[in-house]
Amino acid sequence: MALTPHDIDRIAHLARLELQPAESERMRSQINGFFDIVDQMRAVDTTGVEPLAHPVAAIQTVALRLRDDVVSEPDNRTANQQTAPAVDRGLFLVPRVIE
Amino acid sequence: MSTTPALHNLTVAELAAQLRQKQVSAVEAARHFLARGAAHAPLGAYLATDEAVTLAQAAQADARLAAGDTAPLLGVPMAHKDIFVTKDFPTTAGSKMLAGYRSPFDATVVSRLAQAGVVTLGKLNCDEFAMGSSNENSAFGPAQNPWDTSRVPGGSSGGSAVAVAARLAPAVTGTDTGGSIRQPASFCGITGIKPTYGRASRYGMVAFASSLDQAGPMARTAEDCALLLSALCGPDPDRDSTSLDVPAEDYSRHLNDSLEGLRIGVPQEFFGPGLSADVRAAVDAALKEYEKLGARLVSISLPRTELSIPVYYIIAPAEASSNLSRFDGVKFGHRASQYTDLLDMYKKSRAEGFGDEVKRRIMVGTYVLSHGYYDAYYLQAQKIRRMIADDFQQAFKDCDVIAGPVAPTVAWKLGGHGSDPLADYLADVFTLPASLAGLPGMSVPAGFGEGGMPVGLQLIGNYFGESRLLNMAHRLQQATDWHQRAPEGI
Repeated sequence: MALTPHDIDRIAHLARLELQPAESERMRSQINGFFDIVDQMRAVDTTGVEPLAHPVAAIQTVALRLRDDVVSEPDNRTANQQTAPAVDRGLFLVPRVIE
Repeated sequence: MSTTPALHNLTVAELAAQLRQKQVSAVEAARHFLARGAAHAPLGAYLATDEAVTLAQAAQADARLAAGDTAPLLGVPMAHKDIFVTKDFPTTAGSKMLAGYRSPFDATVVSRLAQAGVVTLGKLNCDEFAMGSSNENSAFGPAQNPWDTSRVPGGSSGGSAVAVAARLAPAVTGTDTGGSIRQPASFCGITGIKPTYGRASRYGMVAFASSLDQAGPMARTAEDCALLLSALCGPDPDRDSTSLDVPAEDYSRHLNDSLEGLRIGVPQEFFGPGLSADVRAAVDAALKEYEKLGARLVSISLPRTELSIPVYYIIAPAEASSNLSRFDGVKFGHRASQYTDLLDMYKKSRAEGFGDEVKRRIMVGTYVLSHGYYDAYYLQAQKIRRMIADDFQQAFKDCDVIAGPVAPTVAWKLGGHGSDPLADYLADVFTLPASLAGLPGMSVPAGFGEGGMPVGLQLIGNYFGESRLLNMAHRLQQATDWHQRAPEGI
């Protein structure tokens, strides 16, 4: 399996990355080089093996923790927006999306 | 004060004692280390310092000392890897994406250490978003290895390791996702420990791969690492959903325990043809020291060691691609100056803000999570991850701890791996297995190899076995003086 330039364009779009043509080609060859070593992983028989997400779940049950549904954070809007690229009256500004 | 010139040669334990006994003030200590940092600026260890902030914190520590406060690290200056957010210093994560960013809050690790009395010297260089093994992926240029400034310090906590090795800070924080504390500690001849996954809060650590990222201390001695680990670990149930509900420990308690009868597992896969002869010689000599201390070496097998490379380099980029989707030029971080619409703004902001390696990992991660490939790559990797964790449990039936090299070679030359990312990935082979399994691991100075460069011995414990690792490292440091050596000119 090797990624084509078309695959790279599709993935870059999904990842919301604009790649220059030279960058795109370099990345294609590097990623294909990497997937050569991934092939040994695909050959492993994992029938009946449960995927491991939280590593400590390998030895004990790790339950997803839930907290009470109550307000716990004060209003920090001003501080949180202090380094935002563009704000106006407490709102984040983006280019117009609805004509 | 007559002790000032030698302040930077004191350990954290010694410096904390001098501060408590008022032999030196926190302000004097802070000034001393700030001056050293400035004098050694070409090493590239620091990304940000702020004398006024540091001295204000130090003055506060002196006031607490005068009032009889007995916090364990009161007045001890430390610096943080620039992956921890701090409200008093900028945070970049080594990325142009976050140039100029200022967090409205402190990471839990930062605030826990501040509570213990630590004074912050500044923020330390690292690979961009902690992705790298050489610090060369920092958008602000690599830090240099003080043992040979033409070599890499290792990564991603490269600036952290440089600061300790060059005596610019008595101790620092680092983070380890696939070896980012252990490998730079090994390359720079210092001591570092990554605790069990879930021991230290990830709140306020700029996320790279959330199921792997873990914070830990780096210092010159195991005794210091124990002090720091005791302060920075502990449950953070309201802030980090993966933080374990396991109480903090006093990791100094077992430092002097006997190693008589301890079974040290030596994985045969860590000593194959990929291991360079100089590293092997140093590691073998360290293992002999342990035999002299009463431990017994047991041959074990970690059969999926090499598989750790593709498994890690699927899982970590997958999680990274998801975590880094937050950098879209809207709420914080870089926004492109020219764009046609919202989509174009996202794509240009991200293209301009991220460096090569980060883009590569986002691409790999996006691909392996995309429709039709998820099962074959991401899920398959998570299944092998469990097999790797099970291999460790099998091995721990025959041994109490595992020891081997941290990395196949000593630090390589800056630019030595060229533009081949695979060369960096392959060099991570000995640190990735413990990362995937979430086990505690540490690097302890074990001598020198090619070019007079430091070699680290890796110790891997079972879950929650940090005390045993620190005990082992401490006993080795009582028997050897590798950890006391300093680079020339430091």
